[in-house]
Amino acid sequence: MKNEKKQETGKQRGSQTVYFKNPPVIIGAGSVAGKKEGEGPLGAFFDLIEEDPMCGKETWEEAESALLGKAASLAISNAGLTTKDIRFLVGGDLLGQLIATSFGLENLGIPLLGVYGACSTMGESMAVGSMLVEGGFADKVLAITSSHFAGAEKQFRFPLDYGTQRPLAATWTVTGSGAVVISSKPVKKEGKIAEEEEGLAQVRIKGVTIGKITDFGVKDSMNMGACMAPAACDTIRANLSDLGVQPDYYDKIITGDLGLVGKDILIDLLRNQGYDISSNYMDCGIEIFDPDVQDTHAGGSGCGCSAITLAGYILRKMRKRVWNRILFVPTGALLSTVSFNEGQTVPGIAHAVMLENDV
Amino acid sequence: MQNENKKIPVSEVTSQSDKNQRDKMYNKYVKQMTPKHSWLSNLVRAFIIGGIICVIGQALTNYFGSRGAEKELASSYTSLSLILLSVILTGFGIYPKLAKFAGAGTVVPITGFANSVAAAAIEFKKEGQVFGIGCKIFTIAGPVILYGIFSSWVLGIIYYIVTLVKG
Repeated sequence: MKNEKKQETGKQRGSQTVYFKNPPVIIGAGSVAGKKEGEGPLGAFFDLIEEDPMCGKETWEEAESALLGKAASLAISNAGLTTKDIRFLVGGDLLGQLIATSFGLENLGIPLLGVYGACSTMGESMAVGSMLVEGGFADKVLAITSSHFAGAEKQFRFPLDYGTQRPLAATWTVTGSGAVVISSKPVKKEGKIAEEEEGLAQVRIKGVTIGKITDFGVKDSMNMGACMAPAACDTIRANLSDLGVQPDYYDKIITGDLGLVGKDILIDLLRNQGYDISSNYMDCGIEIFDPDVQDTHAGGSGCGCSAITLAGYILRKMRKRVWNRILFVPTGALLSTVSFNEGQTVPGIAHAVMLENDV
Repeated sequence: MQNENKKIPVSEVTSQSDKNQRDKMYNKYVKQMTPKHSWLSNLVRAFIIGGIICVIGQALTNYFGSRGAEKELASSYTSLSLILLSVILTGFGIYPKLAKFAGAGTVVPITGFANSVAAAAIEFKKEGQVFGIGCKIFTIAGPVILYGIFSSWVLGIIYYIVTLVKG
């Protein structure tokens, strides 16, 4: 009964999925990666590698803001637009009260909606952005997020020079910022960009599945993959069942930063629900680093992990039609140092964005 | 250890109707899915590096002794030298690399304590002399200082009572 009622509007599917009538287009993308990310397996795909961890600034927080600013302007120019063409910004980061976002995007002068979904922020900002666009509330929205290894270590763990051993299940926060420009319709590009994009596919956001806070009672903040895997499972399951499809409907199902431990758990959990994703599953955190050479343990993490992998790697692959239909599922762990010290568990959240090429 | 005898399949986690039971099961399941550092190799590495630090300390003590320092003065000089060495290595980012290899071997000696103070000082310098360094320099070392002093106070009381009783 309840579900039937929700579906009446025509854009709601099942319990928590939005399926657009006029799917918005991703008309531009920008990715800025740190040095370590640039040296990783995906290094060649990023638009810009920032060699200086301080980005020429005084503090880690300012450095992260600089990354955001650069990613935003890269995405906007890649879309063939200027700042004043963007109606709204939707973005966030990991630092307390979103300071990287506020100081990094202030000078753009674009109205901002700050969002927080921990490392799932790219999914959340794209979900909100695409709904704004499809609903007709904005014609062009920039969805953006970032993270910085040193800033995250400082806020969530220890000072950088403190000597300690990281557990094998720990992940390495990605330094980088990724942004996409979401538009109600494709734009005509001119000059160099038009030449470069000749014959490339248009990637549309077909729909989104908003995730639930999912808590399986794990308290180990150094094993984020295990904390977030149940959330990813729940969102992916919801997406598949809301649409009534099987995992092979997608060329790839790509989570944000579950890492090696979370990957095994997610595949296991979904198999138990009757969905086998083992053949078309990928995790940005696993792709972005080489654990043997780069000593990153279980993989990459942070808002920037899924954001730069999407903006730099996944969208490029899609535009070249290597993949045509992707379920992009950034994953976040909803903890703070206060909740952790007060003995709380680490709940997870995951938002799914359905990306599809125009045929 | 006992997990190796009995593997928990994920279906056993999700089939729990009670949330507490499910969470408990999931934690057990996660434990068996999570790789761990080998405790034996950690032990050996901690022993070697920790031992080397102690040997350096002993060599320094002997050196200061040979230069005519009393035993207590020689060990004070030794502590100061080790602290200086650790702070310099921290500043150059070498100590964390050493600690990654040695684990408790670098945490337990006085050099580990110095590292935790210096690392915090470097990190929080940007937040100012008072609210940065002043408030946060002991974020890691603070508990050691507090409970170190507290436990020596407790031991002092016990010692006092014992001497009273012995009279």
